[in-house]
Order: sequence, then C-alpha cells, then structure tokens
Amino acid sequence: MSAVLVYIDFPAGSDASPDAAGTGTPTAGLSKMSMELLTLARVVGEPIVAASGPLSEEVRTALGSHGVQQIFQCEQSELREYLVAPKADFLAQVAARISPAAVLLDNSAEGKEIAARLGVALSAGVVTDAIGLDRALLAEKAVLAGSYLVKARATTSVAVITVKANSVTPEQAAHATAPAVETVKVSFGPASLGTRIVERTARPISGRPDLSEARIVVAGGRGVNGDFTPVEELADALGAAVGASRAATDAGWIEHSAQVGQTGKTVSPQLYISAGISGAIQQKAGMQTSTLIVAVNKDADSPVFEIADLGIVGDLFSVLPQATAEIKRRRS
Amino acid sequence: MELAAPSGAGSGAAALNIVVLVKHVPDTQLNRRLGEGNTLDRAESILSELDEYPLEAALQLAEARGGEAGGNMVTAVTMGPAAAVAAVKKALQIGAYQGVHLSDQALAGSDAAASSLALAALIRHLGPVDLVLTGLTSTDGETSLVPAQLAARLELPQVTFASSLEVISEGDSHKAVARRDGDTYADVVEAVLPAVVSVTDQINHPRYPNFKGIMAAKKKIIKTLSLADIGVAGEDVGTAGSWTVVESAAVRPPRTAGTIITDEGHAGIQLVEFLADHQLL
Ligand SMILES: Cc1cc2nc3c(=O)[nH]c(=O)nc-3n(C[C@H](O)[C@H](O)[C@H](O)COP(=O)(O)OP(=O)(O)OC[C@H]3O[C@@H](n4cnc5c(N)ncnc54)[C@H](O)[C@@H]3O)c2cc1C
Ligand SMILES: Nc1ncnc2c1ncn2[C@@H]1O[C@H](COP(=O)(O)O)[C@@H](O)[C@H]1O
Repeated sequence: MSAVLVYIDFPAGSDASPDAAGTGTPTAGLSKMSMELLTLARVVGEPIVAASGPLSEEVRTALGSHGVQQIFQCEQSELREYLVAPKADFLAQVAARISPAAVLLDNSAEGKEIAARLGVALSAGVVTDAIGLDRALLAEKAVLAGSYLVKARATTSVAVITVKANSVTPEQAAHATAPAVETVKVSFGPASLGTRIVERTARPISGRPDLSEARIVVAGGRGVNGDFTPVEELADALGAAVGASRAATDAGWIEHSAQVGQTGKTVSPQLYISAGISGAIQQKAGMQTSTLIVAVNKDADSPVFEIADLGIVGDLFSVLPQATAEIKRRRS
Repeated sequence: MELAAPSGAGSGAAALNIVVLVKHVPDTQLNRRLGEGNTLDRAESILSELDEYPLEAALQLAEARGGEAGGNMVTAVTMGPAAAVAAVKKALQIGAYQGVHLSDQALAGSDAAASSLALAALIRHLGPVDLVLTGLTSTDGETSLVPAQLAARLELPQVTFASSLEVISEGDSHKAVARRDGDTYADVVEAVLPAVVSVTDQINHPRYPNFKGIMAAKKKIIKTLSLADIGVAGEDVGTAGSWTVVESAAVRPPRTAGTIITDEGHAGIQLVEFLADHQLL
C-alpha cells in the first residue's frame, strides 16, 4: 500500500497539543480536522504523520487509533519563528524519504500556502479546497463560488491536496497501531528564513465552534447595527458558530476572522442563518453551498431571499430573540 | 518603446521598484462558465477586484517616496491571452506607471504551478525589483497558491495575507513590516526586501481611475512579451506544463428561493419549527 503523508500543524508557541480548533472531538488531543485527514488518508493508503512539534502521549495514542504507522516530528524553533516556508521545507524533506502517493493538509490559509511551496519543492500538483477524495486521488471540489462541482487530479507522481473541514466523518482505523516516532532535523533554505514573526497575539477563544467546522452558523450583517447580541444568543442556543458580512467586520462590530465570503471564510454548514445581510455576490460566494439557508431581512427585495430555503421578511431584533426564547422553552 | 529601468539604488535613497501582479478574470457579478476542456470561459473579463488592493498599496508606497519623480517605479504585470491587456490598461488608468503583458498561445490552461513558473521567469527578466505585490487570491482560480509558489521559485521571502504593510528604509536597504491576521493568531511579520507580498482587502481602500488618470494612461508604456522573450519553453507552461487537471465538471443547480414569510409576530417561532422539521434542534 502506498504511503499518505498527513500534516498536523500546531498553533505555534503552544505546548504539545495540536490545533485546539476542533471541538467535541471524540479522540482527545487530536482536532476533528486532523481526524478527517487521517480518515481520508486511509481511503488512499497508509497514513504517516508529519507534526510540526513534539507530540504528547495522548496524541500519539490517538494517532495510533487512526492506524498511523509512523510519526515524523520536527522540534526546531524555526517552524514557530518564521512564516510558512520552514514548515514546507520540513514536509518536503519527510516526503523525500517516504515517497508518499499524496500529502494531505488542512485547507486553512496557511495549509494552502504550505501546500503551494511543497508543490514547488516536490514538483507536485496541488489541489486545494477538496471536499472528497477517492482511491485514485481524484479530488472533488466546488469552483466559481460554488456554481460548479469538479473532479481534479494531480498528474504528478505525488499529489498535494488540501481538504476542507467537514468533508468526511472521522472514523478510527479497524486496527490500532503503535506508531514509531522519529524526530527529524530539517535543513532550511536561506530564503525560507526570510520572513520572521516578530510579534504574535493569540486570539481570544470564544468557546463557540470553529466557523469553518461548525454544523450551524448564525451570521449578522450591517442590519445588526452594531449589536451582535441577538445573533450571538441564537448561536449559543443552537451551539452554532457566529459569522458576519464584511460590512459588519469592516465596521469593527466583530473580528475579521468571523467574515464569511469571498475574502473571508467559505463555509458549508448544514444550516446558515443570515440576519441583516443583503446577500451581495461576495457574501454568497462564502455560504451558498450550505445545506439549508434561512434569511431574516427587513427588506423583501434583498437578494439573499433568492437563495434562502426559508426567508423571513422581518426585523432581526424581534425574530431572533423570539427564536432563541422558543428554543430554550422547548428544551426546558 | 522600452520599459524604464528604474532602480531604487542611485535615485532617491528610499525609492522602490515595485511590480504588481494583476490578473484579468471573468467578472464575478456575471454568470461565470466553464467551457471547453473544463477551462474557464474568459469572455467578459475585468481586472480582478482583489488585485486593486496591491496596486493601491504599491501606489501609496511609491507616492510616500516621491512617486515617479523620486525614482520609484510601479509596473503592472499580467499574464494571459490578448484580451488580458485590459487588466494592465485599467491598472495604468488607476495609476501604475508602466505595464507588462505576458502573452503566448502556449500559456493557455496554466494551473498555479505553470503560472508561477512563467511569472517568476517574467519577473527575473524584468531585472532586480524590491517588491512583488499580489492580491489575496484570484477571483477565478481562488486557490491563493500563486504568491507562495512565486516566492518559492524566486527564492524570495514570502509575506502573505498582509492586512497592513509598511516599508522601512535605511539607505538602500528596505524592510517590510506586515500584519497578518490568522484564525488563532494575529502576527506581525518582517522581511528584508526584495520579497513577495500578498495583500488582503483589509489593507486599504483602492482609488478609482479619474479623468486625468484615464488620459495619462494613454501615454504610458505597455510592453508585450512572449515566452521566447523570457526564456520559457512552451511545454513547461499551459496545459502541458500544468501539474493538475480537471477531469470532469458538473454545474450545480442554482439555489432557488424557498418559502418566504412575512413576520406577523410569530416568525421566530416559525423559524424554530422549520429547524425542528429539519432535525436541527
Ligand atoms: C473585493 C471585495 C471583497 C468582498 N468580500 C466580502 C466577503 O468576503 N464577505 C462579505 O460579506 N462581503 C464582502 N464584500 C462586500 C459585499 O460586496 C457587501 O458590501 C457586503 O456583503 C454587504 O454587507 P451587508 O449585507 O451586511 O450590508 P448591506 O448590504 O448594507 O445589507 C444590510 C441588510 O440588512 C437589512 N437590515 C437592516 N436592518 C435590519 C433589521 N433590523 N432586521 C433585519 N434586516 C435588517 C437591510 O435590509 C439590508 O438588506 C466584498 C466586497 C469587495 C469589493
Ligand atoms: N495570470 C496572472 N497574471 C497576473 N497575476 C496573477 C496571475 N495569476 C495569479 N496572479 C496573482 O496572484 C494572486 C493570487 O492568485 P491565485 O493564486 O490564482 O489565487 C492574484 O491576486 C494575482 O496578483
């Protein structure tokens, strides 16, 4: 069976726990995204992990339950101190040793950039935004703001693929393994140490699900008029993530990382509730592949109603709190 | 007509030679289609709106150093079919000083790997630059791969997803300082120039071309180059040189409007009923 290299990134500077983004993860210490990558890797071949930092016992065990045979880890501080390139060097050097059929990474901005450089280093085709992957490494992805579904493939001997969250239900391997761990020493190209991270501020943790991974997203736009409370309260009643239009993030009502759309996150949750958002093309680009869309807007002519499964012409300041209260009432 | 060969060195001490990559893409406001061979139908294309941000950033950096008169250069560069020159023309109207259009039959169907290869060769051909500025992503390919691949190929530092950018000059030496907003972290990063920098739509408010700009653009130089001019073989780019292929494509049926109700005092409860019907509670 061919090897498939799965990259697991750590929030740089943190302790030995991988990206904390995954919530409600059945396997402690490993994010849901990492588990999805491992599940897909097993469709294609034998998973081998490259991790950008030392692993805790707990994570090693979790990787074993996903059938990982071998873990390569890098403990060099360059991966934390410089932007992107050292991580790609690390992966390229591991890949050179194990000749994988594919390298899988998450589809975050940084995941795609690591993939980009890795593609150049390995002369490998890069497919981003995959939502499915078959045995022949044919990746499914949506293009042109979700208006087409295509099947794309790398024509090179190794394929580099970045996978979107919620593409597959994570499953453990039939047989657990006890992966061997090897710490590798990476040599970095001079240009790889060109961009230094001189200051790093951790974002406050909201306690809500990660926007890209959430099953439900409640998003607010200019219509919230500075007050995200009704959006946040409905989100919390539903266990949802909070999203926003660019008008709302530009106004500073909520952080930029909440922006959904062409220049924000692309989400495809089971349910997207859009409140006080008109539905401009750049907003739609980020949410129109959601399974169900509910829109609340005062203006019956808003374009968002053209794509809503349920459209409510009304004031979000009365509709949202009433819905929140009703959910709480039903649950009590 | 020949391109000006500016160099920061020798002219104003802090002058910058900046290349801005602008892509000609199908208008996102219109219906976009995949055509023959699952490649994009490029009729009705415009300057990618996300490439107006690096252009604005370049103009601001140059203007702060005395503009063209101060020895700065802002060159708008595009790679694409004959019609793609429109992206360069628009960039010149907005304020770029000169333009370059890489055009060759053999480029058709290039993926990110092939595009970055051609663009890297083109930038090398143009001579030493201080900054290569790009957009966040192209609004057609939407991969964001080109900036990182370009940096890797040119062996230059990569400063990507910059939501702010400052260039600090000391004599002939320049340093870029940028903010980069990630999901879990907000970083400040630094690189000594030359570097490849991609910028987000948070960085500035792009200007519009005004009448004066449109008139001035008519006199600006656009140089058209072929692959032979920049020393790239046809088989290394285009479909032949690409490392990925789209095997099949299916149109997703456009979303249609569902039920629209008007709030008469119970819409919040109706919303919850809808969620319950779909097992979402
Ligand atoms: C290069 C570029 C990139 C962009 N990227 C993005 C992106 O990634 N994401 C994005 O979202 N946008 C993006 N935009 C901006 C986009 O074009 C729109 O301007 C933006 O989405 C509008 O946000 P909005 O719907 O919140 O505001 P508006 O268009 O102003 O709409 C506000 C809506 O709220 C409704 N409303 C007001 N009060 C209430 C109330 N009390 N109850 C109910 N409804 C109410 C109004 O009827 C209106 O429909 C981008 C634009 C550009 C040029
Ligand atoms: N054909 C091209 N011509 C000029 N610039 C390009 C081209 N392709 C990509 N770019 C630049 O690279 C950025 C990212 O593009 P992409 O990687 O395709 O998402 C764009 O915003 C442009 O600045």
